[in-house]
Amino acid sequence: MSEISRADVEHLAKLAHISMTEQELEKMAQELAVIVDSMATVSEAVSGEIPATSHPLPLTNVFREDEVGHVFTAEQSLLNAPDAEAGRFKVPAILDEE
Amino acid sequence: MTDTLTDASPLSFEEALERFDPVLGFEVHVELNTKTKMFSSAPNAFGDEPNTNVNEVCLGLPGTLPVVNGKAVEYAVKLGLALNCEIAERCRFARKQYFYPDTPKNWQTSQYDEPIAFDGYLDIELDDGEVFRVEIERAHMEEDAGKLTHAGTSGRIQGADYSLVDYNRSGIPLVEIVTKPIVGAGSRGPELARAYVSAVRDIVKGLDISDAKMERGNVRCDANVSMMPKGTTTFGTRSETKNVNSLRAVEHAVTYEMRRHAGILAAGGTIVQETRHWQEGSRTTSSGRPKSDADDYRYFPEPDLVPIVTTAAWVEELRAQLPEPPADRKRRLLAAWGFSEQEFRDVVAAGLLDEIDETVAAGVSPSVARKWWMGEISRLANARDLEPAALGVEPVTISALNGLITQGRINDKIARQVLEHVIAGEGTPEEIVTARGLEVVSDDSGALTAAVEKAMAENPDVVEKIAAGKLKAIGALIGPVMKETRGQADAGKVREIVLAKLGIEG
Repeated sequence: MSEISRADVEHLAKLAHISMTEQELEKMAQELAVIVDSMATVSEAVSGEIPATSHPLPLTNVFREDEVGHVFTAEQSLLNAPDAEAGRFKVPAILDEE
Repeated sequence: MTDTLTDASPLSFEEALERFDPVLGFEVHVELNTKTKMFSSAPNAFGDEPNTNVNEVCLGLPGTLPVVNGKAVEYAVKLGLALNCEIAERCRFARKQYFYPDTPKNWQTSQYDEPIAFDGYLDIELDDGEVFRVEIERAHMEEDAGKLTHAGTSGRIQGADYSLVDYNRSGIPLVEIVTKPIVGAGSRGPELARAYVSAVRDIVKGLDISDAKMERGNVRCDANVSMMPKGTTTFGTRSETKNVNSLRAVEHAVTYEMRRHAGILAAGGTIVQETRHWQEGSRTTSSGRPKSDADDYRYFPEPDLVPIVTTAAWVEELRAQLPEPPADRKRRLLAAWGFSEQEFRDVVAAGLLDEIDETVAAGVSPSVARKWWMGEISRLANARDLEPAALGVEPVTISALNGLITQGRINDKIARQVLEHVIAGEGTPEEIVTARGLEVVSDDSGALTAAVEKAMAENPDVVEKIAAGKLKAIGALIGPVMKETRGQADAGKVREIVLAKLGIEG
């Protein structure tokens, strides 16, 4: 059984900006341990010669030509914005970089 | 700033180096100049109205899917090759996840464990010719973020009431170039920092894969600095000064961080691993955020994009297209042109290497080409607040002007006037000289002789001196003759006529 601590879940919840109660943290720690164990069985089915899969589709190099397509007007861009000012999205000040 | 353990007065640069050795590292972000963005067909353009160069992908709207810009991959491979990197046969994108309003998806599409280019190097030539090899760890593809403006009473992030976001920059293709730790630069660390960023800028400009304007953020440098006590080999804790966007600022930021670290360490303190912000006004850095949870990006392979495979044939095809490396080209041109080291440095600093090279190719001698570009054209550009190259002066124009001068049909002064008319769009130098009647006054009609006679009559004292053998005094007659002929006299001819009149052998 994998060890997923309550603290691990709390850390992940914080990084993901998800608010969780004490009970939820406990429950999720147990459930995540089961999920991780289930995923681990996949590696048992893989022998050493099989390269890791990057992507489920057997495709590579799906590229687009460098040609300009459609754009939104500023009004269209801001249609879903909770708030706007001077053609820009208005958001709460967040103390970080810049 | 009360915590004395993590803060102390910076040492002088000399004191810092007596006790410590710097370890440097650079992350340079290069914005590619593709027509469209990395993962969408919205235009990659600068200076437009906010949120008008965006579509649903740039805004991270639900249900939208990215598609890779093939041209951006090509540019990234070219850059990798120019940095002497290995090109990955197979690589993929990854999600770098964080919450910040400049990134509407809540992740930046980047590369993590499989960069497109890795294990390269650049040989950086310092001012005195010493060459320092900087090892490149990797160069990977990613997308730029939107631009935040912090509004409120202070105008800065501290104390801002709210922020405004423009997503025009969101999704512009970037290549991030990461060096390995640079050890042994010593007192030349700051100079090396500037020279390295300058070399990267020259390379991307030479490859024509970026507009390479640092003032616009096309090339941005994060500078990592740590100091270790002399004689030791364990790296100290580093700070990362973010988004330094001029060559001078890179040099100053590294200097300041070396001094700051040394001051704290010498006082027995501890360096906090954190981001720092460069303050141009005070030439110092200020504390940003500490490295913490925010750096736990939970990278995972981007499920919406399939891997990229490069064939050896394609890579070799791109390698064959690479221009001469900028450093090699500079060495070649310096030797070919015969400029002094200082003259050549001035030309490079003025960004006129290409222009002079093209003008020389158009048949003008290097020194004459330099004189035009560094002199009159730069002056006219300055007056208009433009880069000299932006004036639209063609090499063939300079060749034509120079031809008219050598043929004696116009003089230097008139040539400068003609250039202004060319810039004003009046035609070729030849057309302008004809249309405006600017050709040097020949003496077919006796007009020049008449002007000389007048000048001699009005300046008998000068004539006396010349007659007495002081030939230099002829210069005093040139002015009045020029005035009489509206500047269109040939000084050499004036001299001939004066000497003939006085019966002196030239």
